[in-house]
Amino acid sequence: MIRKLDDKGISKANYKVIGTRPIRHDGLDKVTGQAKYSADINLPGMLYGKVLRSPHAHARIRNIDAGKALALKGVSAVITSADFSIQSDKVIDLGEGAMVNTGFLSQNVMAKEKVLYKGHAVAAVAAESMHLAEEALALIDVDYDVLSPVFDVREAMKPGAPLLHERLYHSSTPFIRPGGLKDDSDNSPGSNIASHFVFELGNPKNAFAEADIIVEREFQTKPVHQGYIEPHAATAIWNRDGKATLWCSSQGQFTMRDQSAVLLGIATSNIRVIPLEIGGGFGGKTLVYLEPIALLLAKKAGRPVKVTMSRKEVFEGTGPTSGSFMRVKLGANNDGKLVAAEGVLAYEAGAFPGSPVNPGVQCMFASYDLKDVRVEGYDVVVNKQKVAAYRAPGSPGSCFAVETVIDELAEKLNIDPLELREKNGAKEGTRRVSGPVFGKIGYLETIKIAKSHPHYIEPIKRNAGSKVRGRGIASGFWFNGSGPACAIANVHSDGTVSLIEGSPDIGGSRAMAAMCVAEVLGLAAEDVHPSVGDTDSIGYTSNTGGSSVAFKTGWASYEAAQDIKRQLIERAARIWDVDPGQVEMDNGTLNEKSGTRRQFTFKNLAAVLLSTGGPIVGKAAVDPAGVGGAFALHIADVEVDPETGKVDVIRYTAFQDVGTAVHPSYVEGQIQGGVAQGIGWALNEEYVFSEDGTMLNSSFLDYRMPTSLDLPMIEAVIVEVPNPGHPFGVRGVGEVPIVPPMAAIANAVYDAIGVRIRRLPINPPTVLEAIWAKDGSGRG
Amino acid sequence: MNEKIHVKTKINDDYVEFLCEARQSLLEVLRDVLDMTGTKEGCNDGNCGACTVILDGRIVDSCLVLAVEVSGKEIITIEGVANVDKLHPIQQAFLEQAALQCGICTPGFIVASKALLDRESNVDEGRIRHWLAGNLCRCTGYDKIVRAVMAAQENTKI
Repeated sequence: MIRKLDDKGISKANYKVIGTRPIRHDGLDKVTGQAKYSADINLPGMLYGKVLRSPHAHARIRNIDAGKALALKGVSAVITSADFSIQSDKVIDLGEGAMVNTGFLSQNVMAKEKVLYKGHAVAAVAAESMHLAEEALALIDVDYDVLSPVFDVREAMKPGAPLLHERLYHSSTPFIRPGGLKDDSDNSPGSNIASHFVFELGNPKNAFAEADIIVEREFQTKPVHQGYIEPHAATAIWNRDGKATLWCSSQGQFTMRDQSAVLLGIATSNIRVIPLEIGGGFGGKTLVYLEPIALLLAKKAGRPVKVTMSRKEVFEGTGPTSGSFMRVKLGANNDGKLVAAEGVLAYEAGAFPGSPVNPGVQCMFASYDLKDVRVEGYDVVVNKQKVAAYRAPGSPGSCFAVETVIDELAEKLNIDPLELREKNGAKEGTRRVSGPVFGKIGYLETIKIAKSHPHYIEPIKRNAGSKVRGRGIASGFWFNGSGPACAIANVHSDGTVSLIEGSPDIGGSRAMAAMCVAEVLGLAAEDVHPSVGDTDSIGYTSNTGGSSVAFKTGWASYEAAQDIKRQLIERAARIWDVDPGQVEMDNGTLNEKSGTRRQFTFKNLAAVLLSTGGPIVGKAAVDPAGVGGAFALHIADVEVDPETGKVDVIRYTAFQDVGTAVHPSYVEGQIQGGVAQGIGWALNEEYVFSEDGTMLNSSFLDYRMPTSLDLPMIEAVIVEVPNPGHPFGVRGVGEVPIVPPMAAIANAVYDAIGVRIRRLPINPPTVLEAIWAKDGSGRG
Repeated sequence: MNEKIHVKTKINDDYVEFLCEARQSLLEVLRDVLDMTGTKEGCNDGNCGACTVILDGRIVDSCLVLAVEVSGKEIITIEGVANVDKLHPIQQAFLEQAALQCGICTPGFIVASKALLDRESNVDEGRIRHWLAGNLCRCTGYDKIVRAVMAAQENTKI
């Protein structure tokens, strides 16, 4: 269902292609098995690479002896951190405010002096077969000096905690310092706190003093993995002239190239990255892991090398998102007006600095029009996997905490939770705690539509046999991103257009880009053929991340089409021997405005281009501002079995302002998928560690992601409040739907059983303990 | 090096012979020996269903089958689902219902769904959700996948 809410000055009614649901162009390859993903490349003479990983969570590497492995017949090369370039003070921007220090990045790809988590890469092998490579790994002797690890964020913050990095630089801003380590002259005591920063708006201390009611609560979350079904894989060739080619699936072929080049100490142009289809990323495929390893092995072996990860390696060796400890305090007046807010977020970064605590802080109170707010963030290193971005990084945790407290406040004030949100909702002109002031946003419109929806109006049936039911709602915010993007569009003589753009397509973005071109040129979506270019065939395009692709690459595609349109008008004018001002293009037809009023259809003109001055190519390179934030409001109905503690989601509706839905089916898909991940996060998913830091559930059997049997149909209600900062009103869709589910479900569980659960996941043991604690049965 | 074993089988109606090591799975042979990469690896331990194939009429995770076991049997992979000139109704329904996003799990879902509709008629949402519970999708939340299988069922009835 789409609810259009027109803004003044933005025409919506006239779109011919935007808002329709054509079959995606890359769909046929994907339903027939022809699409090539990262592990689907097999090259002549190719070797297989595997990575040796640390069995310890924290240890110093005394020595690595690969002699026996190299002596095994069929083994061609072994690499360790000694093969990597030495890193100095560089920081790479990964998008979405995530910065990475290249020294730490290099050490994460291959441990140097220390291993910092179980699963940390230590060495890699290339051999004639995967099985042989695995045999060779077992022959590498690593001499470890095992150290005490620290896993919990609060333990790691205490003075005297084991230090991961003895000279870690402590920052008082949310940004990562180049170098990452303290100056030689700095003799302050060591700490695992990489940064501690504060955002403050107004005077929260005074405002709390005047509040009628204050609720303050603590929350905990565990690391959860993005859970993309495609494991990481990378295949590389390194030629004798120093030029390398890398095939991999990632959220950005350019960032894979740039990160790899820095870690190997070579010029970026020496690496050509060919993006393959990506089998899911959700933020987790923005950092290099295997890519530099495949390149180095290929260089050393002098043959193509494919390196792959097993599922266990994906869990143990790549980034989940942070575990966290959070405190939220909200003050309100008896009339339901929120007057003050305070938050403390301590996020685990894993082994190296760079948790998403900064965006977590920026998003947590963003749904509310608050004048007095204070938020503190801590970025803390622990002996766990280095975290990577995961869908709206940082926001799901902090919004879980805030939205649960809002629900409690609503109950205490005896106000409907949706009305409390409406009364205090962020709107145009609201200033966020981190500084920015909202432009045109659609949060209140989203609430309004939710209020008229049957899921909100129809009361929930409370009891179902021995099970009890409840309903919860929650909001979420994500600021959305932009970045550089490029597009090249070629007009073919048969009247079609091929489009090359630079954004790896995770969920239908090629179709979106083609539709933007088709809209401008008056073509059918099927007449534009989109593809994703490699790093030598398209201009720099930043990651598929930050919900930026429909915004920035949609914009680049729009501009490339406008470039074609301009040239077609000039060409028609030349053919008709009139001034270009006498020609206009409307709905795919070029018209002479006066005189003989001649016409060219797009197809007719395309057919004569080569004989009337040559081919026409449209191009665009953009880095657009004008991003519009995204708000979501979710309603969840749950059914709790008080005997087993199992929670089932039985009905779910997600309302979201998307600006403009270019392809509504894939917009719905993003919303449904985000909700599904959020339900998994809420109810089941977590990294379970043993006392020595071993992940105990590193398989899809034990790391329990939702199956088709665990979920109901998920209704996505698209609200369109067009973003005035984009030619088609696009905002960005993909991330915000994962933000509200945890709180919506926690609030629904409270509604069902009368117990507030403030740590994730809300799995059967947690629910049972909560029920037993409440009824005093002592069975806990 | 392990000695290789000669295996004769039938894949997508073609007689196929290959050499493999005893330790190689059917998935590995399909992908690395026969270059049939439409069958995907998601976990290699039977928990995601991305490598689903039909073996003598039953769906199996090809990562859990040793390649030597398929000697004399019949296998249908994703490459064998469509006709030369026409997609299978399930494939068409996946396209029309936008039942895929990244697409890595799609071959497994299509093969598993085909096996369901080949053997049962009038399947409802609950039956589809049960049948597909061995196939993980992380992108779609399953909503559009379940709808696609229901739509394909309507189309196969005609």
